[in-house]
Amino acid sequence: MNAWLIAPVALPLFAAILSLALRTRVRFQRIVSVCANAAALSIALALFNAVRTDGVLVLQLGSWPAPFGITFVADLFSAIMLVLSGLMGLAVAVYGLATMDEARERHGYHMLFHVLMMGVNGAFLTGDLFNLYVWFEVMLMASFVLLSLGGERAQLEGAIKYVALNFLSSALFLAGVGILYGISGTLNMADLSQVLAQPAHQGIINMISMLFLVAFGIKAALFPLFFWLPASYHTPPHPVSAIFAGLLTKVGVYALIRVFTLVFRQDVAFTHQIILILAAFTMVTGVLGAAAQMDIRRILSFHIVSQIGYMVMGLGLFTELALAGSVFYIMHHIIVKTNLFLVAGVVQRLAGSNELKKIGGVYRAAPWLAVLFLVPALSLAGIPPLSGFFAKLTLIVDALRGGSWAMAAVALSVGLLTLFSMTKIWNEVFWKPAPEGKPTLPLAAIPVRERIALLLPIIVLATCTVCIGLGSGWMFDLARQTAEQLLDPRDYVTAVLGVTEAP
Amino acid sequence: MEAILAVVIGVLYATGLYLMMRRNIAKFIIGLALLSHGANLLIFTAGGLSRGKAPIIPEGAEAPAGLIADPLPQALILTAIVISFALLAFALVLFLRTHQEIRTDDMERLRSTDR
Repeated sequence: MNAWLIAPVALPLFAAILSLALRTRVRFQRIVSVCANAAALSIALALFNAVRTDGVLVLQLGSWPAPFGITFVADLFSAIMLVLSGLMGLAVAVYGLATMDEARERHGYHMLFHVLMMGVNGAFLTGDLFNLYVWFEVMLMASFVLLSLGGERAQLEGAIKYVALNFLSSALFLAGVGILYGISGTLNMADLSQVLAQPAHQGIINMISMLFLVAFGIKAALFPLFFWLPASYHTPPHPVSAIFAGLLTKVGVYALIRVFTLVFRQDVAFTHQIILILAAFTMVTGVLGAAAQMDIRRILSFHIVSQIGYMVMGLGLFTELALAGSVFYIMHHIIVKTNLFLVAGVVQRLAGSNELKKIGGVYRAAPWLAVLFLVPALSLAGIPPLSGFFAKLTLIVDALRGGSWAMAAVALSVGLLTLFSMTKIWNEVFWKPAPEGKPTLPLAAIPVRERIALLLPIIVLATCTVCIGLGSGWMFDLARQTAEQLLDPRDYVTAVLGVTEAP
Repeated sequence: MEAILAVVIGVLYATGLYLMMRRNIAKFIIGLALLSHGANLLIFTAGGLSRGKAPIIPEGAEAPAGLIADPLPQALILTAIVISFALLAFALVLFLRTHQEIRTDDMERLRSTDR
């Protein structure tokens, strides 16, 4: 199974090349897109299964032994992320069949989508910091072009802000990598975790860890570095913003969790305390920002920011239960958030806009869509028995156990404010009557084939949300095992380096 | 040598960040370029400057003889240069398109997506 670790990267690459070759033939590109993403999901599931039964999988590229070559590693956390990215890729690829305009498809939408998935999967798999930088860049480059593809005014404005801050983050990341290499002589994360375990250079390691925190913090949209996100995520077409909302910031969160559990774990009292405080501010500013917005996608974008706070909060608390909460939260959030953006796309289609003031009456026109909105929306707010409730519960229970009363209070009240935002969308979009002279179309107005492409992913993702909620025992066990692996990286290190050294 | 390079890196970072805080998008992009040069030089310096030979293992030997220069930082920099070149090219095209579309090079006027 080890050799298959290359597949989540190689497959999108081939799909991208194929799409490029079929540039003018949009139909074929669509078929390639759906097939490649379906295959990627199946491979991810097979890898996940293998990791669960056999433990950490490792692939040394070019057979160069570990600290010298590039290593691909899949532990439980990576495998879970791969499955999620595969699922989102497939959902959005199917959804895109009905929503992408042909001009964008001709100009490389499908190709860029595959490159984006390649970058995301590569970032989840790599065990080398510089290689992580490269995958980040692959992903960013594709996302830059996807964001600005079409060249509408809002898109260009959003893209400039997005490009600017992500460029800055890459430069900081690169600087951190350089200095880290200077003091440790290695960039393999497993090797780094051993080298840095020696108590030398504590001051400079803390400094480097802060460089990484800022670099990944920008990508994950942590307070106070999140401004690019709500300024850009609502500008591209809906499938693009759905995949961005589901995956891109989570790659930043993944990198934060990976680096701060594996490499920078010597001075938890200092580094993780800072992360915890940032998490609290992230939650609060995100949710307050959302309260002031009057556009569905802008509200949802601010909620991405506030939800990132929860995921990072688990890292900041740094106990097994808290990390399990973070992992659970990521699993829940990626599905729910992508789904909400997909629903926003259908609303746009039926009502002609995403601005709350200009639309209404969607419940009357399309009651089933309203149900499909309520599932992820209530889950986002943390209403039992949906997935968000258990994710929040885990984190809050751990915060109370550890005596972080303030953190628990923040998490609870942010949940309440999330419910407020979701009620606002519900009232304005679904419940209030449609504005004069702009009736909302019923779902039946969309041609059957497009309707299936639009609604199928939404239904599947909503079912996932309900299933995660109902099967939360199983999911929680999985999250707990993942957290165990993260907190005790011996398995990871042994698998990568091949030899066991006494810690 | 380290001292000189440290000063150069400092100047590159300072000017880069200063330009990035300007309102003019063209200056901003120049700032980005300077910043990535600074980062590249930082890798070069932090990787250790040594007057070693080229890291080539003689035929038949297992390890190179004597002091050699570390090739890895240079490989890293080379990769980073390629990537930042592509990003810079994209940023310039984006700036050009924005300028054609919106007729401004002032960051302060790109506010329609913030409201």
